[in-house]
Amino acid sequence: MTADPKAGFPLLAARPGLRYLDSAATAQIHQTALGAMSGHDTRRRANVMRGTYALAEAADAAYEAARATVAGFLNAAADEIVFAAGATAALNLVAHAFGATLRAGDRVLLSQAEHHSNFVPWLMLRERCGIVLDILPVQEDGRLDLDRLPALLRAETRLVAVTHCSNVTGATTDVAAVVAAARTVGARVLLDGAQAVQHGPQDVRAMGIDFYAFSGHKCFGPGGVGVLWGRRELLRGLPPFQGGGGMVGEVGLDGFSWADPPRRFEAGTPPIAQAIGLAAALQWMMTLDWPAIHAREARLCGLAIDGLQRLPGLRLLGPAATDARAPIVSFDVAGLHPHDVCQVLDQHGLALRGGHHCARPLLAALGVEACSRASFALYNDEADVLALVDGVARAMKVLA
Amino acid sequence: MSEVQALYQAAIKQAAADAVGGGELAQADGEARLDNPLCGDRVRMQVALDGGRIAALAHQTRGCLLCRAGASLLGARAPGMDRTQVDEVTNALAAVLADQAAVPDTWPELAMFAPAHAHPSRHKCALLPFKALQAALAAAEDANERR
Repeated sequence: MTADPKAGFPLLAARPGLRYLDSAATAQIHQTALGAMSGHDTRRRANVMRGTYALAEAADAAYEAARATVAGFLNAAADEIVFAAGATAALNLVAHAFGATLRAGDRVLLSQAEHHSNFVPWLMLRERCGIVLDILPVQEDGRLDLDRLPALLRAETRLVAVTHCSNVTGATTDVAAVVAAARTVGARVLLDGAQAVQHGPQDVRAMGIDFYAFSGHKCFGPGGVGVLWGRRELLRGLPPFQGGGGMVGEVGLDGFSWADPPRRFEAGTPPIAQAIGLAAALQWMMTLDWPAIHAREARLCGLAIDGLQRLPGLRLLGPAATDARAPIVSFDVAGLHPHDVCQVLDQHGLALRGGHHCARPLLAALGVEACSRASFALYNDEADVLALVDGVARAMKVLA
Repeated sequence: MSEVQALYQAAIKQAAADAVGGGELAQADGEARLDNPLCGDRVRMQVALDGGRIAALAHQTRGCLLCRAGASLLGARAPGMDRTQVDEVTNALAAVLADQAAVPDTWPELAMFAPAHAHPSRHKCALLPFKALQAALAAAEDANERR
């Protein structure tokens, strides 16, 4: 990584006054992803897995190379990588395909810290087929209350679907503990990795999980593409989610047969250029010094916690420490609505989100309806943190 | 005055703080609860009618300053109005926000929302209590027709 952490991000270069603290919602796109997409669409643009002409074969090769790169980022095999429209689409895919193997009375365990993307699809599945949902509570600081996990697991528990990292508190899940507990009842484990991937490559094999979902726009890649990783043997046993071109073997008036994974789960024309852009972003990420970046992110997170908690009437949500957490700092200012706080911050060049962050069950557990959230990525620096603390102090004065 | 100072001018903050009409009616002819899915803001609006006009109004508002100021303004001005007048002021506020339309002479208080024109994501905040009042009046009308 270059000395200037903002280098390589065209939007940040074009807007040097911007202090972008909303990477948990969407990270800025790296120029390598933009270049890869532009290069593909200007030199190799064609549909994939359909044409036999040279241009189409070049597109096929680029698309499958992107799949292989994603596999490398996750320490997985390429045929275990399914491209989807985003993390939400990937999670819905599991809720439909894995969900099709469940019966009334089977149980799925979620946590109260889930983003709506890993909550609502399971509520919908419950409505469709009568599964039972169990909810793992969170502790006061928003971390999953893993002490209560064993008691919630039953013989009927088929899946434990939890966040890898909270989009509100930054709390990172103790995956080993979740997997160990889930295995005692033979349950599969799905991790929502949407918030984790922008903080470095992941090792799904080492984690011992069964499914992993993430989106491209949160790891310096383009929007409109996401990834579902699933264990090969699991994916092979699942039915398709959506029907259409590409996901079938034979099709006749009497029926159809399924293609093998991953194509079984990629009905229709996939997000080709986006997958290639995502792969370029991940390839770039794999060249970075992640221990150094993690140390830097933890330092920024600690600075933000220290600075914000000194402001009167401000309550931090989430863990007090910077270990086992992503650099996401959410807070509530007594008497002030986060929309108003973030509106004032915007006037000072600070872009961060106020609201419920699509995690209403978690916010209810934390005792707030909405909150402000600052999320830091590898391109943020100390000046961003100082501006945040100063901006919140100013907002308190303006809104008083 | 900076843009943010204009948005959060004294009139907005004062109206929000006054919270005129905040509370609950012992007996309502109609009520509605509206949410802003963007932020979770919520307005519960109750009305009691007399001859088609608002005899009493109460709201429970959980939201930002713009939302609370709007609810408070309605608490002060809406009693005595009928449904058509509520529709007119709602449309007038929507036009002020979306199109920088002139503030009607009969509702000079709407001027305090004019700076929000530059912030489209906040238009729903200001409009939420007005739409909640429209919905409460519609509910009252429906209930009356069922009687």
